[in-house]
Amino acid sequence: MLHTLAALVENHPGVLTRVAGLFARRAYNIDSLSVCQTDDPELSRMTIVVHGDDQVIEQVRNQLNKLVIVHSVTDLTAESVVERELALIRIQVSSETRSEVLQTADIFRGRVVDMGRTNLTVELTGDGEKIDGFIKAIRPYGLLELVRTGKIAILRSET
Amino acid sequence: MSMNSEKKRLTGATVLLEALEKEGVDVIFGYPGGVLLPLYDALLDSSIRHILPRHEQGGVHAADGYARVTGKVGVCLATSGPGATNLVTGIATAYMDSIPLVVLTGQVVTALLGTDSFQEADITGITTPITKHSYLVKDAREIPRIVKEAFYLAGTGRPGPVLIDLPKDILATEVEPLPADMNLRGYQVPSKGDSGKIVEVAKALSECRRPVIYAGGGVIAAGAGDVLRQLAEKASLPVVTTLMGIGCLPSVHPNLLGMVGMHGTVTANYAVDDCDLLLAVGVRFDDRVTSGLGHKFATKAKIIHIDIDPAEIGKVIRPQISILGDARLVLEELLNTLESVESPQVADWWDRLRAWKNDHPLRYDKDRMTPQMIIECVGELVGENAIIATDVGQHQMWTAQFYPIVKSRNFATSGGLGTMGYGLPAAVGAQIARPDDMVVLFTGDGSFQMCIQELATIAQHNLPIKIMLMNNGVLGMVRQWQKMFYERRFSGVQFQANPDFVKVAEAYGIRGIRVDSLEQVRSAITEAIKHPGPVLLDFTISPEEDVLPMVAPGKPITEMLGR
Repeated sequence: MLHTLAALVENHPGVLTRVAGLFARRAYNIDSLSVCQTDDPELSRMTIVVHGDDQVIEQVRNQLNKLVIVHSVTDLTAESVVERELALIRIQVSSETRSEVLQTADIFRGRVVDMGRTNLTVELTGDGEKIDGFIKAIRPYGLLELVRTGKIAILRSET
Repeated sequence: MSMNSEKKRLTGATVLLEALEKEGVDVIFGYPGGVLLPLYDALLDSSIRHILPRHEQGGVHAADGYARVTGKVGVCLATSGPGATNLVTGIATAYMDSIPLVVLTGQVVTALLGTDSFQEADITGITTPITKHSYLVKDAREIPRIVKEAFYLAGTGRPGPVLIDLPKDILATEVEPLPADMNLRGYQVPSKGDSGKIVEVAKALSECRRPVIYAGGGVIAAGAGDVLRQLAEKASLPVVTTLMGIGCLPSVHPNLLGMVGMHGTVTANYAVDDCDLLLAVGVRFDDRVTSGLGHKFATKAKIIHIDIDPAEIGKVIRPQISILGDARLVLEELLNTLESVESPQVADWWDRLRAWKNDHPLRYDKDRMTPQMIIECVGELVGENAIIATDVGQHQMWTAQFYPIVKSRNFATSGGLGTMGYGLPAAVGAQIARPDDMVVLFTGDGSFQMCIQELATIAQHNLPIKIMLMNNGVLGMVRQWQKMFYERRFSGVQFQANPDFVKVAEAYGIRGIRVDSLEQVRSAITEAIKHPGPVLLDFTISPEEDVLPMVAPGKPITEMLGR
């Protein structure tokens, strides 16, 4: 099953290589990885989505924790979390299809961020399923280009 | 200020050497090169002794041998590019066996980094998977902190190699160093074990009927041999060891069943297979022990795993009880806790173990010159303080089986990586570290030729190492497998042009003696021991000698050939 791990790591050059290299050589499959500096400039936070059974995930966590540059690893999978992905999607449009595409984007709460004569670009945030759903819906019109971030996730407050 | 700087000009190199001296470094195994010129110049004014191997690989294995026989952090040094890449095998050797090293490499000047400049190699990148941690120094002021951290990381927790890459300009620049304040927020060292779990283990021990302690290199690393012995004696627990655990109990100890695994004793393997409680201490359930069959290993047993590395627990085998901590501290607490529980009833178990021991001893033919009898004869003659180094192959397994190692840290062998060529330079490091103890190397004609150039290092420093060369003219272990599992189709194992090793030794100014009959063995070994300098004994042995017993690859450990 898919697990979402949050890792606090040092914000130095080479840190990403160490983490990615660990996954590669121990044959763990990274589904997605996103990383950026935290409010503490010394630290970055990685959200890693990885595939594996509980035993594999425990190994992943332990092996990650062994890296000196990793400060902590939390498995968010069983927790109540807010998770988001961001996608930018360029879609082919014609004068006939433009309004349908705009409507579809609207239904998915997408935002048009760029528009040309024959295409438009939609920005969409949400969980992976929502983005998958949108892509499926607009594919018949012509999907020209797609970029997705990996998942980022944060624990919900306890109230 | 100006007075001070006139008195002593601090450069990256001098700051580095001072930091090493603060860590108690007395010797560096190093090989110079272009980018290291500032460091080698400063080395002339340092108290640190420099040993020049004849190949960087020899330097790193020597530092490893030094570390294994002392427990201290070994230090080696190589120049950028090819110097650094020549260290890779030695770093991987140390990493696999959890040996503490600080590896210093020179690097091209910072301005040229990443430009494919002369003798540039991305050594921190290359060694990421085989180091515990590494540093590329970009600011000379940070050298004291980095050195302190490197030694701390290398020597604590599960030990391992740490690499520091030093660009030439960093070494040459004048610097006012920053204080050596460690900043390792992401690094924790487990120490004491969980007391509740230790009580649980004590209870399980008192209730079991067929216990076995399975002890590995972690016991040696933690200095836990003595408390392990007390524990074994107190509760009459039989002990099996891994290759890396050899020496944690004296070889003659009545509780010791021998080595477990592929070339272990029948008794040790039967005991592990049949036990109802397996107390695994400082081990990693390596495939040379389990045959890669975790699910068929000690299936009747409640498995307890004590280790300092959380990632080892559950990696191969899921234990019923696991204790994270330093083996010595955990076993000490367990020993104390055992005071309050009944000792297990193990009389029947010991009857069975003794019967196995009796029926399946390690054995060999006594009527001809065999490697096993040579090894036993050396063991009889050199005394229990001697340090034994080995290379890798048949002679290594025979040594593990037959040499009576009595003390921890008297055995240096490449276990996990199985590095041919390790032995000779490791013996150099061991002899430098412990000049008053005799160092004996068991090697084969294959392994020996992989680092044979270190004979020059031995000669230069007149290191009185006794080299026992098991010369069968073939790559014996590979040949044994081809014999057993490939219908004697021998491929690529024959040395058709071996040199005369006696003459090779003599060419280096080392005494060489050829031994080709049974009658000569004892007197040749005696002569080698008496000789004050280094000696090479070239034993002519048959290529048909096999290491037995043996678990065939992929078979459960009870199915041993040559029982």
